[in-house]
Amino acid sequence: MDVFDIIGPVMIGPSSSHTAGAARIGRIARALLGERPVCARIELHGSFAKTYKGHGTDRALAGGILGMEPDDERIRDSLSIARREGLDVRFFPVHLDDAHPNTARVTLKGESGREITLQGASVGGGSIHVTQVNGMAVDVSGEHTTLIVLHRDAPGTIAAVTEELSRRGVNICNFRLARACKGGNAVMTIEVDGTVDADLNHCVEQLPNVLSSTMLLPV
Amino acid sequence: MELDFTNLSALVCEAGRQGVPLSQLVLEQQARQAEQEPEVLYRRMRDQYAVMAQAVCAGSEKGVRSTSGLTGGDGYRMQQAARNGGLTGPVFTGALARALAVSEWNAAMGRIVAAPTAGSCGILPAAVLTMQQERQIPERDCVMSLFTAAAVGLVIAHNATLSGAQGGCQAECGSASAMAAAALVELGGGTPAMAEQAVAIALKNTLGLVCDPVAGLVEIPCIKRNAAGVANALCAAELALAGIQSAIPADEVIQAMKRVGDAMPAALRETAEGGLATTPTGRKLFEQVFGTPGGCQGCGCNQ
Repeated sequence: MDVFDIIGPVMIGPSSSHTAGAARIGRIARALLGERPVCARIELHGSFAKTYKGHGTDRALAGGILGMEPDDERIRDSLSIARREGLDVRFFPVHLDDAHPNTARVTLKGESGREITLQGASVGGGSIHVTQVNGMAVDVSGEHTTLIVLHRDAPGTIAAVTEELSRRGVNICNFRLARACKGGNAVMTIEVDGTVDADLNHCVEQLPNVLSSTMLLPV
Repeated sequence: MELDFTNLSALVCEAGRQGVPLSQLVLEQQARQAEQEPEVLYRRMRDQYAVMAQAVCAGSEKGVRSTSGLTGGDGYRMQQAARNGGLTGPVFTGALARALAVSEWNAAMGRIVAAPTAGSCGILPAAVLTMQQERQIPERDCVMSLFTAAAVGLVIAHNATLSGAQGGCQAECGSASAMAAAALVELGGGTPAMAEQAVAIALKNTLGLVCDPVAGLVEIPCIKRNAAGVANALCAAELALAGIQSAIPADEVIQAMKRVGDAMPAALRETAEGGLATTPTGRKLFEQVFGTPGGCQGCGCNQ
């Protein structure tokens, strides 16, 4: 912790968990989609489900999906901005088993038809945890530079990705793998120390069996 | 010896030994830790201060309303009343008006600086900006005093908590008030030891304050508690600047704050299941905002 954890962050009110954290979840979903979203289905659980209108959680999530930072003043008007930009956003209060009280599950469809689903929780002070990507369990805090690599479950894929990191002297501090079924879709979440070159992501994406790679900078 | 933020008295001793204000000691320590020039960190803090000032201006406008529609307009009302000094003079009334303005701006989805939290974001800006605007304290001193305030927050975070869900409102508005009190003492020309006394006094006065937000929103009673928080900071700073001491040292008050927070029932820690939230009017306001009867029946969620 440092002085700017105490005098900060700069954010759009009213609540670091209900707005700042929600905007971050939206931003990560957008980054994972990797293209302009045209449709967003957002399921809200727990406190998010009950208070999203009063807290502006809906606007924060929509703002994040539009690529806004948690301190972007346009968040207040994000729902009308979304309509203007051709993004259809809908909210559904739901119950999710074993989920943190401030959880959102965001399903985005992009202009090319690509679709992703991300589930994340706002765990306090604007910090978040992404817990699922496309139904597969992940654990991303956003505190480190993170690669989310969607791939086909095939021998040698993990080795190829980690070899690419190793070649650049990047140190992995957390690695997690989940797959839908043997030989099916799988996801690697790789948290690394420090910063890495932006083209790493592009190189990983070119590897065999990799469907997409998304690099998230620390939030 | 490298400084840390495990206790306030060590920081105060070191500042006293070096004959420097707490803010300078903290800025230099943070610059060493971040391996940056102190001026870089100073400029970053000046940016935070600028956001605080913008929030005061925006929140003082006439038409401010929260997203829920429950609150707004009191910052403007208080600012109008402060124009002729009110009952207690321009510093006190001006500080109340600024605290309300920033806090209402937060509830209206405005851009604010969490200090230390969004729910308590009006207190520190109100204290420091009032000193600049009503007492003509130079901006640089005001920005520097935020480092002193931050050090107090770091010590509380280390030994207790800054989260209402963990420690009640004492952890949010109480901590902000103590941070503001320390900043005010420094701006008032007091010593680091006086700032430590002000922290102790401010925290003692908010010990046990519960977090019981109506409808779970950061509005009622949070906005007016921001006004009370800066009033308490002014009280603590005035007492400390007069040379009045707290019988219980600040670090021990912080320990007490931790124990009080731990002993507080969950219903009074940001769950909206107790206190003002469960009054007949509190429940009615819940229904007004969310369209369903208020009060969760123990499902573990925040309502």
